[in-house]
Amino acid sequence: MSALRVVQAGPYSTVQDAGRFGSQRFGISPAGAADPALLAIANRLAGNAPDAAAIECTLLGDTYEVAVESLRLAVAGDVAMKIDGEAAAPWRSYRLARGQKLRIGPCRTGLRFYVAVEGGIACAPVLGSRATHVRTGIGGIEGRRLKAGDALPLAQDAVATRPELGFDPARLPPAPERLRVVLGPQDDYFTPAGIATFLGSDYAVARDADRMGCRLEGPAIEHAKGHNIISDGIPLGGIQVPGNGQPIALMRDRQTTGGYPKIACLIGPDVARLAQKRPGEAVRFAALSPAEAQEAVRAQAARLAECLAGIVPLE
Amino acid sequence: MTAPKVLAAGDAAFSIEFGDAIDPALNARVHALDRALAAAPLPGMVETVPTYRSLLVYFDPLRCDPAALREALLARTAATEGAAPAPGRLYRVPVRYGGAMGEDLEAVAAKLGLAPDELVRRHSAPEYRVYMIGFSPGLAYLGGLPAELVIPRRDDPRPAVPRGAVLMAGQQTLFYPVEMPTGFHVLGRTPVRAFDLARPEPFLLKPGDRVRFHAIGDAEYARLDAAAERGWTPEAEA
Repeated sequence: MSALRVVQAGPYSTVQDAGRFGSQRFGISPAGAADPALLAIANRLAGNAPDAAAIECTLLGDTYEVAVESLRLAVAGDVAMKIDGEAAAPWRSYRLARGQKLRIGPCRTGLRFYVAVEGGIACAPVLGSRATHVRTGIGGIEGRRLKAGDALPLAQDAVATRPELGFDPARLPPAPERLRVVLGPQDDYFTPAGIATFLGSDYAVARDADRMGCRLEGPAIEHAKGHNIISDGIPLGGIQVPGNGQPIALMRDRQTTGGYPKIACLIGPDVARLAQKRPGEAVRFAALSPAEAQEAVRAQAARLAECLAGIVPLE
Repeated sequence: MTAPKVLAAGDAAFSIEFGDAIDPALNARVHALDRALAAAPLPGMVETVPTYRSLLVYFDPLRCDPAALREALLARTAATEGAAPAPGRLYRVPVRYGGAMGEDLEAVAAKLGLAPDELVRRHSAPEYRVYMIGFSPGLAYLGGLPAELVIPRRDDPRPAVPRGAVLMAGQQTLFYPVEMPTGFHVLGRTPVRAFDLARPEPFLLKPGDRVRFHAIGDAEYARLDAAAERGWTPEAEA
């Protein structure tokens, strides 16, 4: 079987695409790439559609061996890498031949990076997506993290020679200082002082932050009328505040419903920015009106489109 | 009837709240709007998540004007108010109550001052409503537990109970689609798979459906469990 073989797996590498939509009403978490912009860049470098299934690595990354005649692979992220023991640069594509070995990681900044292969990772789609949701064992490779010995199925045995593509990461848009949120849907469960605490304090990413929830540690946020609501749907980036007053941002692997009040929701691009923060890093929030949020999201999409247009053949 | 509120839930979702209670009539309004949106989706909508008293509507903010969508959702909500509730489908779910598969049945019956058989009779008497599905794949939150069966959760949650476990605590009763931890009391086990990716229809229940439990013995459990392994599910009834 045509495959990319995993020689050594990092702490949390999974197959991800844009996510699994349409089944949240049945309790199925969407999953999907924690940083969709980086997934799109890796895919474009490899010659794929922006949402093709690729590998999402966390901090340390993996070692692979090419187990097909040839393949084309690209890496998006500020990450150290070696091909057959020689230092190599990320942010570009490579055509590799059978037996070549690739060591990717650790990442130098951020937390998550992407390895795309031309044609995509060809594991079977589940409910319309190849994204891995580890907690329920759905999607990707047997619904779990990658491990040494895995053979990641590929769509093709060989790829044609063509100019390789590159991306200059200096083109990435500068990140605003604060993580942007829209208050609600349950901001009425908090006192004005509680909301002022939330928007005016530093919060540190907890050690056990993961793809489901990013627990944050800082000054306790004061509730106005208890910390239980009648369970409702949890939007992407919803920030719930349980009884201890410590906020938890709910990420791609979040449970579909929950019963804690949500003081605010991160805007989409800033869910990805939070997903790139390492444990201990401090974050601070800023509230936008819905109209300002829409403006910010459109601007971000335009900048990503410019980035993708800036992916060109290497000199 | 309180007027529904459309609340912002970030840049890509609205939460339409119909009230603040667990109530069949309130829940039916949620499902009525959900059905109307499924029949004729508004531009930019991605998916909806119906829950007890609200509907979460996901949309793509790059493919629609959220302010216009908000207005359209309010109009659609007004148009569906007063619609006759859909009856949902009825599923009869067999349960092996008590014994090794329902290790808390006797203790719960004792706490409620009932004989174990009487607890089984009362638990299997009502027609439960599927208020919502959430938290894990195919997990249906059932409403309609008789008030005299309300009992607090266990003091010591169990790290895992098997798929099919029939559970009860507070005002809730449910059966597990997959193995999970629980603080609820284990009354029995059903061979019914609420969630099975091998089936063409992986999810047995939809929000708004109805469930009725009935007691079975070991032999029937074994027979139906083997059938469920091959894809059997209870027939839907009107």
